[in-house]
Amino acid sequence: MPAVPATITDPTVHSAFREWLLRVADDEVTIGHRHSEWTGVGPDIESDVAMSSIAQEELGHARLFYEQIAGDGPGDADRLAFDRPPAEFRNAILLEQPNRGWEFSIVRLALYETFEGQRLGLLARCGQEPVASLAATLGREERYHGLFAAAWLERLARPPADGRARVQAALDAAWPYALGFFETTGADQILMDAGLLHESAERQRDAWEGAVRPLLERCGLTIPSAEQSLGGRRGVHTPDLAQMHAEMTEVWRSDPEARW
Amino acid sequence: MSIAHASLEQAAWDVLRSVEDPELPIAITDLGLVRDVRVDAESRVNVRLVPTWTACPALAVIRGRIREGLLAIPGVRDVSVEYTYDEPWTLARMTDRGREQLAAHGLAVPSCRFAEPPVCPYCGSHDVEIESLFGPTLCRSTYVCRHCRNPFERFKPPAES
Repeated sequence: MPAVPATITDPTVHSAFREWLLRVADDEVTIGHRHSEWTGVGPDIESDVAMSSIAQEELGHARLFYEQIAGDGPGDADRLAFDRPPAEFRNAILLEQPNRGWEFSIVRLALYETFEGQRLGLLARCGQEPVASLAATLGREERYHGLFAAAWLERLARPPADGRARVQAALDAAWPYALGFFETTGADQILMDAGLLHESAERQRDAWEGAVRPLLERCGLTIPSAEQSLGGRRGVHTPDLAQMHAEMTEVWRSDPEARW
Repeated sequence: MSIAHASLEQAAWDVLRSVEDPELPIAITDLGLVRDVRVDAESRVNVRLVPTWTACPALAVIRGRIREGLLAIPGVRDVSVEYTYDEPWTLARMTDRGREQLAAHGLAVPSCRFAEPPVCPYCGSHDVEIESLFGPTLCRSTYVCRHCRNPFERFKPPAES
């Protein structure tokens, strides 16, 4: 499989498409890594297994997207994942943040899965194969993550315990960074002009808010008014990514030529 | 001496029928993973597979087992095994024999949609409760039967679109 998109001849569009795929892959690898930190310490065995499975799937999806960008030469996808400095990562900042507590991880999962589902829907319509088919396939897998997140969110926010206040605090903390999902660079307009991307970031954000609002309101939660907290899509990250990156790449760095 | 083209393809299918999924006790042909097999004039075999779950760790193991089995066929010059995504894996790809084998293993299998009511594989009761969508592998969820009080697992396909 050659590095895609082999069919895009315009180098500007090619590079914009690559940037889009890199956002997807970097989002998946960072959230996958954070989810995996719940392995062994989840609130109950079922949730522990669930979060670990979700982590496994997100890391698997990251690998597939890195392969789309890199081609499938030996170790190419690994190098993309492990041999870039944090400043070259294009993930949204929300996904690199430490877990803080279960309620934060669940809020983040709910916000991200909704976004991810919609983004895979857009990618499925990008007209570039095999990325479009891959996105459609992954969308079917991600649905279960959203169901898990919604069930836990409702459970945590149920009165009379102090759960709802804690979930609200987590939502207040996560929201500005979640808006960073929709941070744009020059790539977005290029992709729209080339007919690969069919929705502006503004419309994506409206669709996303329209989807998360009913869930949050059903849980008695209030969407905070906050400004977007930006940076991730341009490689401007928090120190949390550097810390996570050091940990995530430690084994790979010990022997970059090793084959597993 | 190499065997003829048609029998090479036949031999390739025989190998595929003998490869088991490491996480489910059935052949990959009964699971419906094999999309097509091509043998070219140079006796190179290409196998295309449809993964159930794209992040399944068994995929690499299956690829290795297929490769090893096909390379052992006299006359096969080269083998390539690839996963494709342009056709989604659905429950319709699983054979009746595959379903029976999973049921005998105590694993319930929906007939066509995950959303249909689950049935206890031990007593046949519909009075069951989901314990977790995420079971011991990516393709299984866990339940408890309220009638016979057995815990059981159910095959979990990717969500239907």
